[in-house]
Amino acid sequence: MSEDSTQPTETLFSVKNRKLLTNPLGPENPINVQVLGICSVLAITVQLQTSLVMAISVVAVMGFANVIISLLRKGIPPRIRIIVQLTVIASLVILVDQLLKAFVYDISRQLSVFVGLIITNCIIMGRLEAFALHNKPWPSFLDGIGNAAGYGWVLLAVGFFRELFGSGTLMGYQAIPGFMYDIGYENNGFMILPPMALITVGIIIWVQRYKDRRLIDIS
Amino acid sequence: MKALHDIVEKLKPHFEKGGRFEKFYRSFEAFETFLFVQGNVTRRGSHIRDAMDMKRTMVHVVIALVPAMLFGMWNVGAQHDQAIGVETGWFDQFLFGLVRVLPLIVVSYVSGLAVEFLFASIRNHEVNEGFLVTGLLIPLIIPVTTPLWMVAVATVFAVIIGKEVFGGTGMNILNPALLARAFLFFAYPSYLSGEVWIDTTLQEGQQLVDGFSGATPLAMLTLGEVVNLPPPGDMFLGTIPGSIGETSTLAVLLGALILVATGVGSLRIMLSVVLGGLLMGTLFNLLAVNVYMEIPPYYHLIMGGFAFGAVFMATDPVSAAQTGTGKYVYGVLIGVITVLIRVLNPAFPEGMMLAILLMNVFAPLIDHYVVQANIRRRLRRLGRARAPIKT
Repeated sequence: MSEDSTQPTETLFSVKNRKLLTNPLGPENPINVQVLGICSVLAITVQLQTSLVMAISVVAVMGFANVIISLLRKGIPPRIRIIVQLTVIASLVILVDQLLKAFVYDISRQLSVFVGLIITNCIIMGRLEAFALHNKPWPSFLDGIGNAAGYGWVLLAVGFFRELFGSGTLMGYQAIPGFMYDIGYENNGFMILPPMALITVGIIIWVQRYKDRRLIDIS
Repeated sequence: MKALHDIVEKLKPHFEKGGRFEKFYRSFEAFETFLFVQGNVTRRGSHIRDAMDMKRTMVHVVIALVPAMLFGMWNVGAQHDQAIGVETGWFDQFLFGLVRVLPLIVVSYVSGLAVEFLFASIRNHEVNEGFLVTGLLIPLIIPVTTPLWMVAVATVFAVIIGKEVFGGTGMNILNPALLARAFLFFAYPSYLSGEVWIDTTLQEGQQLVDGFSGATPLAMLTLGEVVNLPPPGDMFLGTIPGSIGETSTLAVLLGALILVATGVGSLRIMLSVVLGGLLMGTLFNLLAVNVYMEIPPYYHLIMGGFAFGAVFMATDPVSAAQTGTGKYVYGVLIGVITVLIRVLNPAFPEGMMLAILLMNVFAPLIDHYVVQANIRRRLRRLGRARAPIKT
């Protein structure tokens, strides 16, 4: 392939490679900017713990899926590439699911069907199609990790605010001190409902665009 | 007046460009226009202006709200007296209500206006008068027992998420006051439903009368207790438990009169909401499967927030449908959905809030189809007129 020969002496953490890792965290964030993978953000961010486990799971699946597809990229016939990608992702997701069931059964129960639904997360398929199919394993790996981390931090941020204001706890521990409840504070039941996840994501997008004016689409 | 004007003129340079308080120019401007009509003239474009600017429109709505507000204050006291079984006379009852309601109004205005001024300064646009109405509507559609900090949180949420993110006054999709109520309803359900409608703070030596329930007529009907329902006269007058401003259909009608006479509120929307409610009520009355459906259709108009919603909420010129035909569709659907929610969904005793918010979302779609239909009709007419020439 041509791109293999044009950059023969690329160091592991060259500027270009680092960009692959850091861009998805900010200006190319899969949730905030590309608005992909929203469904799981609404579904599993009621608690910080489930958000964390979900973020780690997606990082693992995406990292491995990108590397595997990148390794296979010259052997995959273009006409059946989607089904090959799906098979790879599905196998990895089943692995993650089994690991969660084996070691953190409670969280696995809470995440319920959404671990399985990582397969349908548009971010993963999107990166396989757009990046891993045309690039070498190492950049693909970085791209996968980067995008999953971009997804992950939004998940954690939303989970943080929803658990703090919705249940008054963080990672299951009481975060809002008891005297606050004594003087009349109440947990906000709206934060637990999915609409508030959408609004929280909206506020994160708002803050990000306020800081980075390039992201504002003025077309 | 002259002295006040001099003070304003003297302060003005400090707030203008290069002045010491340049940052607060928008806040200063808001107070200045609140006190005096501005001296600037139109430089180009149309030079004829209607005297009904936004400030006057909003003030008319505030005046129209006054009867409902005053009656609500008295009713807070009257309901309290009824709950503890004493009789203190109407003036004491009004004073009791005034002391309870005034903090809610102040908190709503202060928190909302703080956000408005903040955004006006950051975005450098004028502080609009729209919040003068919203700030009074919010306390009138919540129970008197709502904690003050919740009112503040809900108001801030409604102004930011309901209005400012869409671009400020005139750009909002949903009615901000109703959004504040919806926020409270879903965030703190135990404070917005159940037995929260009557202030039952007891002083020493007082106790609640036997058999006190504090349930609104809507809650009674949801539970099927038709026998306890207050007589329709009471429900029309408003001597029943409920949100502060919504109970009295009479006071709301007074407000409606002011709105319609000044041309601020749309009579079309008000009437079609009533029509929709009656229509669905009659339909249920004919079906009459359970006790709730058996009540006379007009009961729906005098219970809960139906009248208040129809007059003050559904007619919000920003979030309602804009086209003439669209207003009928919009209004009738609000009435129909309200009664549907009330009768068929026991989780929501009152359907007015949800019905109006839902139709707010659909209003642009209704307008779109009305406009498209008009274009098609005119194209057809054009086609017919041309037809003889062609043949």
